[in-house]
Amino acid sequence: MIRDFTFGQFFPGNSILHRLDPRTKLLWTIAYIVQLFVCDAWISYLVPFLYLVLVIWISKISWVIVLRGVKPVLPLIVFTSVLNMFFVTGTPIVSIGFFHPTYEGLALAVRLTLRIVLLIMGTSMLTYTTSPIALTDGMEQLLRPLEKLRFPVHEMSMIMSIALRFIPTLVEETDKIMSAQKARGADMESGSVIERGKAMIPLLIPLFVSAFRRAEELAEAMECRCYRGGEGRTKLRQLCYTLLDAWTLLSAVVAFGLVIGCNVLF
Amino acid sequence: MAILKTEHLTYRYSPGTPFEKAAVSDVNLEIEEGAFVGVIGHTGSGKSTLIQHFNGLLRPSSGHVYLDGQDIWADKKKIRSVRFQVGLVFQYPEYQLFEETVFKDIAFGPTNMGMTPDEVKRAVEEAMEFVGLSASLAQKSPFDLSGGQKRRVAIAGVMAMRPRVLILDEPTAGLDPKGRDRILKQIRAFHDQTKTTVLLVSHSMEDIADYAEKALVMNHAKLFAYDTVESVFSRSKELEELGLSVPQITRVFHKLRADGMPVRENVYTIPYAIKDLMRQLPKKGGVPHDS
Repeated sequence: MIRDFTFGQFFPGNSILHRLDPRTKLLWTIAYIVQLFVCDAWISYLVPFLYLVLVIWISKISWVIVLRGVKPVLPLIVFTSVLNMFFVTGTPIVSIGFFHPTYEGLALAVRLTLRIVLLIMGTSMLTYTTSPIALTDGMEQLLRPLEKLRFPVHEMSMIMSIALRFIPTLVEETDKIMSAQKARGADMESGSVIERGKAMIPLLIPLFVSAFRRAEELAEAMECRCYRGGEGRTKLRQLCYTLLDAWTLLSAVVAFGLVIGCNVLF
Repeated sequence: MAILKTEHLTYRYSPGTPFEKAAVSDVNLEIEEGAFVGVIGHTGSGKSTLIQHFNGLLRPSSGHVYLDGQDIWADKKKIRSVRFQVGLVFQYPEYQLFEETVFKDIAFGPTNMGMTPDEVKRAVEEAMEFVGLSASLAQKSPFDLSGGQKRRVAIAGVMAMRPRVLILDEPTAGLDPKGRDRILKQIRAFHDQTKTTVLLVSHSMEDIADYAEKALVMNHAKLFAYDTVESVFSRSKELEELGLSVPQITRVFHKLRADGMPVRENVYTIPYAIKDLMRQLPKKGGVPHDS
């Protein structure tokens, strides 16, 4: 069911990872992504992999959850892998009629799969261990310098935090409306593409109506509390870096160095 | 003969995550055909989860649900026909309306059942009459109606499927007293006329006492009691320990008895209370007051 969708969810906890400054975690995630795409030699993939294993172990989040996060993109992975195998030219493994799967294609497919899986698992560690509020707070702080260019940083992060805040609400709502329409015999799981598309109408219309209603209510509630943007607004929880953050970022730099080292040596 | 039956019904939310929780735990229950059952329990007691098992929206983690003695999950393909036989009206059902007109929206269920256009028309008209919507509203947009009217359109949408069991999850939440009484009376009339088995979830002990014949009490995911309204409310001490209560009039009568008035103990509804009080008053022929 929709409820089992774990990507982007937050799992409260008290591990070192949970206590890190959200800014550190954001920077760490960016560093991790870049690191993953710098990987070239086969052995260099070991670095982000082991690094991730360490991070997951520290976070105390169950492996089942982390692996389940990859599930939704499995079809994508399979699809691109198959395409790669058959359409990359090179030395053929076997030849069956039109199909010439090649060793080069296979290598590319494996590489791509590794990248996507590590990418999803790594980036989801950010949301698994950071509450949405902390996340947008961190983002706002990191983007602060852009304010000099008149970029509406506060507004953007407010929009983000509201959007994040409403994801679970809307998921729950979708679940509820889906159940209600199923109770009236709506069939959303079978039929042709067009039939399925049509079957979504009883779900989408009530969902849109309620999203607009919620937006209106929220806007009114914010106005009632005199919300007028970020100017002069103070924070209950100030973000501050600790030694732990320094070590984390240092570890990211070291991992980066290792990847480049592997690329050069092998 | 029991129309609905559960055996060791257990349901766990989010198995395998830190949020895992049993919402319904080992419920054994038999609901007789034609009964009007009030379902009570405080928020989070598992009422809503339980009723979603009756029409196969949720699949038990373990245990069985039987409709007419048939395990509803025996054949997965037949689950849709179970949903037509056991109609479920959710909380705040007005948020599920989506069609251009009231008529089309109510016709959604019957059309999905495969009724012919004539049958659909008859079913819709009948359902609109049951919930007291005038025929002139049929061609209006459901989004232009008042809150109470929308609620009744949504209820009619399920009634039009002519289910054998009608389950309503707090159909009166957020309505004013007049709207509340109206909907409950219509549900009662629907039950009386069509002999449909009705399950009504409610937080109001008064409503349960006034309308239901039997009461089903859920507590912390377990079935606490399933019995006639009288015998459930006679356990007022235990109910209060669960954070539930008995109807106000029952509490008044308990107090009266404690103060030494010779009133009956098991009084749950106002009309009955009045009858009992009248019994206490001097009979005709007493001394009139000076006017």
